[in-house]
Amino acid sequence: MTSFLDKYGDMLLKASLVHLQYVLTSVGIAFVIALIVGILLSRAPNISRAVIPLLGIFQTIPGLIFIGVLFIYLGIKPITVLVALTIYAIFPILKNTYTGIIGVDPSLKEAAKGCGMSDMQILFKVELPMAMNPIISGLRMATIYTVSWAVLAAMIGLGGLGEFVYRGIETNNQVLIIGGAIPSAIIALGLGYLIDYVHKKITPRGLQGGA
Amino acid sequence: MSMFGWDKVGEHMYLVLMASLFAALIGLILGICCYLFKPARNPIMWLVDVLQTVPALATLGLIMILFGPTKTTVIIGLTLYSLLPIVRNTYVGLENIDPGIKEAAVGMGMTEMQQLIKVEVPLAFPMIFTGIRIAIVNSIGTAVFGAFVGGGGLGSVINRAIMIQDMDTLMKVTLILMLMAVIFDYGMGYIEKRLNQDQGMATAGSSA
Amino acid sequence: MIVYENVTKKYGDVTVVDNLSLTIDDGEFLVLIGPSGCGKTTTLKMLNRLIKYDEGNIYIDDSNIKEINPVELRRNIGYVIQQIGLFPNMTIEQNISVVPSLLKWSKEKQHKRVRELLEIADLSYEENAHKYPRELSGGQQQRIGVLRAIAAGPPVVLMDEPFGALDPITRDILQDELKALNKKLHKTIIFVTHDMGEAVKMADRIVFMNEGKVLQAASPEEMLENPAHPMISRFMGKLSYSRSGNDLICADVMRLKVLTVPETKKTLECIELMKQREIDSVIVVDKNNKYKGRANIEDIMEHGKPGEPIIKMVKLDTPSVMVNTNAKDAFDHLIATNIDYLAVLNRDKTVAGIITKTSMTKSLASVVWGDDNDYND
Repeated sequence: MTSFLDKYGDMLLKASLVHLQYVLTSVGIAFVIALIVGILLSRAPNISRAVIPLLGIFQTIPGLIFIGVLFIYLGIKPITVLVALTIYAIFPILKNTYTGIIGVDPSLKEAAKGCGMSDMQILFKVELPMAMNPIISGLRMATIYTVSWAVLAAMIGLGGLGEFVYRGIETNNQVLIIGGAIPSAIIALGLGYLIDYVHKKITPRGLQGGA
Repeated sequence: MSMFGWDKVGEHMYLVLMASLFAALIGLILGICCYLFKPARNPIMWLVDVLQTVPALATLGLIMILFGPTKTTVIIGLTLYSLLPIVRNTYVGLENIDPGIKEAAVGMGMTEMQQLIKVEVPLAFPMIFTGIRIAIVNSIGTAVFGAFVGGGGLGSVINRAIMIQDMDTLMKVTLILMLMAVIFDYGMGYIEKRLNQDQGMATAGSSA
Repeated sequence: MIVYENVTKKYGDVTVVDNLSLTIDDGEFLVLIGPSGCGKTTTLKMLNRLIKYDEGNIYIDDSNIKEINPVELRRNIGYVIQQIGLFPNMTIEQNISVVPSLLKWSKEKQHKRVRELLEIADLSYEENAHKYPRELSGGQQQRIGVLRAIAAGPPVVLMDEPFGALDPITRDILQDELKALNKKLHKTIIFVTHDMGEAVKMADRIVFMNEGKVLQAASPEEMLENPAHPMISRFMGKLSYSRSGNDLICADVMRLKVLTVPETKKTLECIELMKQREIDSVIVVDKNNKYKGRANIEDIMEHGKPGEPIIKMVKLDTPSVMVNTNAKDAFDHLIATNIDYLAVLNRDKTVAGIITKTSMTKSLASVVWGDDNDYND
């Protein structure tokens, strides 16, 4: 164990940071895009009826394909991985944002309107808070999948923890596989817990449990 | 289609379906355990959640240490990956059965086992079926990781296409994967609707 | 003052509000009522522009609401809905101060207002302000719904079947509370309901609508006395005094369970039957169940011979009425002849029931006091 850390410690730390960077950047960008597009789609039910089932289909495309296609177009650049992961992460957040907002009890929207809230106020004070549960679970799903697919960045030689796993598998080196697998598992679990924790913190008591 | 034959598609489906079969069996048992032994619920739910959270390639790599670069490795990995929706839906399905029906079953003198097999599992079945559908559709995508640990399937075609920058093949594989997912999603979704109609129940939705 | 001036609203080809004109005075409690689809809710929601109208104008205090920004307009009109619609993500305090905060009141002013309102509603601030809606019962939630509507002191409050989802006891309590509250506040309240009892209880004036038109606009008293349309009478149901008058027919006031005997029955058997039932006469029918007449126990005792069929004892001229005979005529007859009951016949001469003085009195009582009990025993 100590000899492994001596030998690979620095590399592992660096790889973990690169991995984390891939995940946080792409999920962060995806979150913003998905939220905006999701809100816009919720305002255009006619378009959404056609678009949302398509999103469900796109969601089934493995992240590997996005990485592959962008690799062919963009070559070996960090942006390739980032764009691929971002596109991949958009789907679950977008879909949940849309369904969350659409699912808000119409009587609440009417009450909000009747109170004299503007459309923006209804969105920020009622719709988004009420849709928080699905939005955050979409975010969690996107984050965890992204950690998983980011492992493949190594496939096109762009580092991250995948490099350890990938090289370990190629050379049948168990130490390398474990060395890459465990930190990536920790990152995924850690981010998952972080999101759960923040979610719990920001959910008002009135929405906890059921709702 | 020069680069791959339909055998790769078959191989891919084989991995997915074998894994789903095992996941359905194990998931059903774990779901029932959660339902019957409440103290077991949190640890089991935690475990299957963790299993799905750990990156697929990491899981597969670790299993490969034990089982080598084989299809067994991929099937075990996909099975572990597929447990969450099945366990959760089994548990929720059982938990949501109308208490009146359970009481009637007790009143008719059924033992706990008879209740479970004759009443509760059949009533929860549509929900369990939804869990299996979600698991299969997810596995179709996740199975592409199998190629990295020697399990074959469409992942190997994708890898090769990426390496030689063959956009054409890449698109074809994508299309096939999408089609597979859509066929299973909609096909099983249709059966699900029929199941729910038969029981006169509203669709209890759940997403992975 | 609120004025609807020739207002029309169509959905496609369907006219839901048809050239409606209506004036509502300040401080008036106006109830809109009518069958579903009559346009009452549409009429209500056009006022705060939740629904656009196609033609005509609506004025509040001489300003055309079309010229007021809808968001501004709604902040000055309270709004209470049947689904209550408290925001589950906000505390009770935050819910009540939604409109004040939209109007950018200072935090202290908002806080003071919440305390004041909870006090008016007899709710403790400490106990309730920091709860979330789902921690309250339905009745409590709608109390808060009403407070939220009046929080910013709007002169007009719209209520769309606000108590419709509550149980009858809670509904009754909240109705009383709202009435008491408005005695203090003197808001102009426009209130939609489909419950005539509620309308009569709450309203200064009831507007009865059907197919987008006003059938009658009158005080509850006036509407009860002179319903302008059969549909209104039907809506009034047992509330209405009008049915105590000329509308009642014999079928409304008769007793249903009657002892009849076939004409071939022997006299002794009939006496035995009457003793058992403690009655002093029987109604005699032929083999087709058609009415023949009645036989009194005294007549049988005096003139009857054992073994004779009962038909011999029947007074063939005993009075009878038809089910659709006006109840008042039957009543007059009953009083004038001093007989103890009248047989009520169906069109085919079979016996439908009897009217006794008791059955008549009970039916009238249920009409007058609106009791729903069925006295036909």
